[in-house]
Parts: sequence; structure tokens; C-alpha cells
Amino acid sequence: MSEKIKFTIDGKEIEAEKGQLLVEVAAENGIYIPVLCHWKGVHPAGSCRICTVKINGRFMASCTTPVDANMVVESNTPEIQDLRKAIIEMLFVEGNHFCPSCEKSGDCDLQGLGYRYQMMVPRFPYAFERRELEASTPKIFLEKNRCIFCKRCVRMIKDEEGRSYFAFKGRGKHLEINLDTKLAEHMSEENARLAMKICPVGAILRKEVGFETPIGKRKYDHVPIGSEIENLQN
Amino acid sequence: MSKPIVATASLAGCFGCHMSVLDIDDRILQLIELVDFNKSPITDIKTFTQPCDIGIIEGGCCNSENIEVLKDFRKNCKILISLGECAIMGGLPAMRNGIPVRECLEEAYFGGVTVRDNTERIIPNDEELPIILDKVYPLHEIVKIDYFLPGCPPRADLIWEAVVALVTGNELKIPYELIKFD
Ligand code: SF4
Ligand code: SF4
Repeated sequence: MSEKIKFTIDGKEIEAEKGQLLVEVAAENGIYIPVLCHWKGVHPAGSCRICTVKINGRFMASCTTPVDANMVVESNTPEIQDLRKAIIEMLFVEGNHFCPSCEKSGDCDLQGLGYRYQMMVPRFPYAFERRELEASTPKIFLEKNRCIFCKRCVRMIKDEEGRSYFAFKGRGKHLEINLDTKLAEHMSEENARLAMKICPVGAILRKEVGFETPIGKRKYDHVPIGSEIENLQN
Repeated sequence: MSKPIVATASLAGCFGCHMSVLDIDDRILQLIELVDFNKSPITDIKTFTQPCDIGIIEGGCCNSENIEVLKDFRKNCKILISLGECAIMGGLPAMRNGIPVRECLEEAYFGGVTVRDNTERIIPNDEELPIILDKVYPLHEIVKIDYFLPGCPPRADLIWEAVVALVTGNELKIPYELIKFD
């Protein structure tokens, strides 16, 4: 039998099963902690750090932290809000995010967070690093300029034999998302669809479809990202 | 008390942000009650004729003339606002950032699909022409900018709310739907 424990998030008492991931427990209780790399049911990567909270006074990623009895979690504090905003700003300057010409605009989680945290201008200088577009396979475009290295595609999109279509190449400043173009020649429609869906930004786009949803009807046109979780309880 | 004076300019932009200013519709009548305009494409006043309170700038800096105009605005305006994505982050013109200038010019004057009869392979280089910068710069990387209004273009309501808040000194509360990057 799993052990029930109690702890608090921003003063609110929460009951959960010991060992559940903090980010998921929070969501079940109507508390939105933003994620870019986490995907429920997939082994956590802890790579984007946008879900950072303070646990008993220390910064931790809530997607990799199992809950335990009597933890004191701070999430919605000005300090952590600003930290998250800084991460969002960093992701914007590090890639090349020309939202007006991006097909994911309106449905993009990074952009959605920019709106939610009211990013008017990043505090960091723009890098304007140039990365190539991989457009040679039949089903998808890989627009490397928009990748935020969440590793969702690497972890989740695989062929029947379990081989990943995507992989990281290089390190640090030279890190790049890459597509196995040979394997991707036979990518199924289903995988292409899933890849575009799980990519939190506009780095993976399906070919031959585009701008399907009109402005005004897109995910984050009228409500902030995270509303679906917060509205659970209200 | 005299009215605050506003100046505007479009640098490396498409004029869409200025169009969005006009998109406040009949509130433009209230606007001219609130402020006076000086140097601006809207008034067609070409040079500053007095110190201004608010400078609103669309477009980033892509050439030497943009920088000159921007610096002139900083000198003549108490408050400078970056209006729109191009002013804030270079916008679509900045898609050339990372491509060497020579390559861009050669594409425009030799290789592009609209090039006609440039058999002598001339890239215009008259000293009267502003020099193209190595990349398109966001305004705040050139001079100090006081406020930023994102959007491509920024929604008319955002511009209206921001200018009214600034002029009246009231707090600016921005509804969720007014902050957009597209
Ligand atoms: S991926 Fe998202 S943030 Fe980046 S350009 Fe596209 S819409 Fe904007
Ligand atoms: S391509 Fe998309 S899903 Fe893959 S690592 Fe980059 S941002 Fe994540």
C-alpha cells in the first residue's frame, strides 16, 4: 500500500501519495507549476528548470522531486516568479524566436509563458545564433532556431523498434537538436502529429498543413497557459 | 497646463505599428485633446521643433540612419517607448541576423528571383546611402528605452491604454489579451 503524506505548497495543505512527483501533485490540486520539458508518464528530464520551486528553503525542480511528508514548498512567490520569468527570457534570447512568422504562435508554450509572466522585453541581450532548418524529410520540418532543448522528442518519438528519430548533437553553445533523416524518411503520420504536439515550441512542424487555427481561436489567445489546471478547483 | 508632446518614428519597420496607432479609431479625437504631436510621419514634421515628452518608435536599427534618428529621439524626448516586435527584438528584418551582410546584398542584387539586368553586378554603394549594419539591433541595445509595448503590431488598445496611463499618471493595468508577440 502506498503511504499517504501531508505537506504544504504556498501554505496550502496537500495530501498525496509519498513518492508522487511534486509537479503532478500540484496540478491535481489545482496549483499550476509551469513545465516545458515535463510530460506526464514520461521519465522526467529536469532540463528546463521552469518548474523550479523552493523546498524547505532550497531551489529544486518540481518535475524530478518526489513528495515527502512535511515538505514546505514555495511556488507562487515574487522571488520564484522572477526566476521563472528570467528562464523564459533566457530561452527567448538564446534561440531565434520570430513569433510573427511562426506557425506555432498562439499555441506555443514558451510564448504562452511569456504572456503569463508579462515579458515585455528580455533582460538579456539577444544572441542571434544561427541554426539550420532541416526540411529534407517528407513529414516534418525541424526548425532548430526554435528548439529549447526540452528533450521531449528524443524521449518520446520512436519507431516500431524503439529507435529515436531525434537526438542532441554537440555541447554547450553548440548544442543542437538533430533529426535522423534516414529514419525519418519513413516516419508515420501518427508520429509526425505526435511530435508536433509534444514539442512545446514551433521547432517541429508538420509539412503540408499550416496555420490551421485562425487567430482568436488558438490555445493562448484568450486564457493564460495553466488556466486549465487552475480552473480545476475554482 | 500645456499638453504633453509626442513624437513618433518608423525605423526598420513596416509601418504596421503606426497603423495600429490609427487603429484606436475615434479615440484619436480624445488623443488630440490629451497630447500634441511634433516630429512624426503622422504630422509630416521632419525635424524636432521643440523638446518632446514622449517618443514612440517602431522598427529596429538596420542601418546608420536608423541609429542617427534614434539618438536624435533620445536627445529630444524625455521618455522613449519601443513599439512592437521589431523595435524590441529586431522583428522579421532581424531574420537576416547571422547571415553575412555581403551574402544578403548579393542575394538582393545578384541572385534573387526579382533581379533584372544587373549584368555589371553592382551593389549600390553611394555615399548618400545609409550604411547597412552587420545585423538588425533592438533599440534598447543602442540607447536607453523606458517602456516596451510588444506585439506585431501591438494591439491598438494596448497603445491607447499605455499612452493614456503615461499622460494621466494613472497605473497601467494590462488585460491578458493585450500582450501578444504576434
Ligand atoms: S516557438 Fe513559440 S516563442 Fe518561438 S517563435 Fe514560435 S511562437 Fe514564438
Ligand atoms: S525539438 Fe521541440 S521537443 Fe525536441 S528538444 Fe527541441 S523544443 Fe523539445
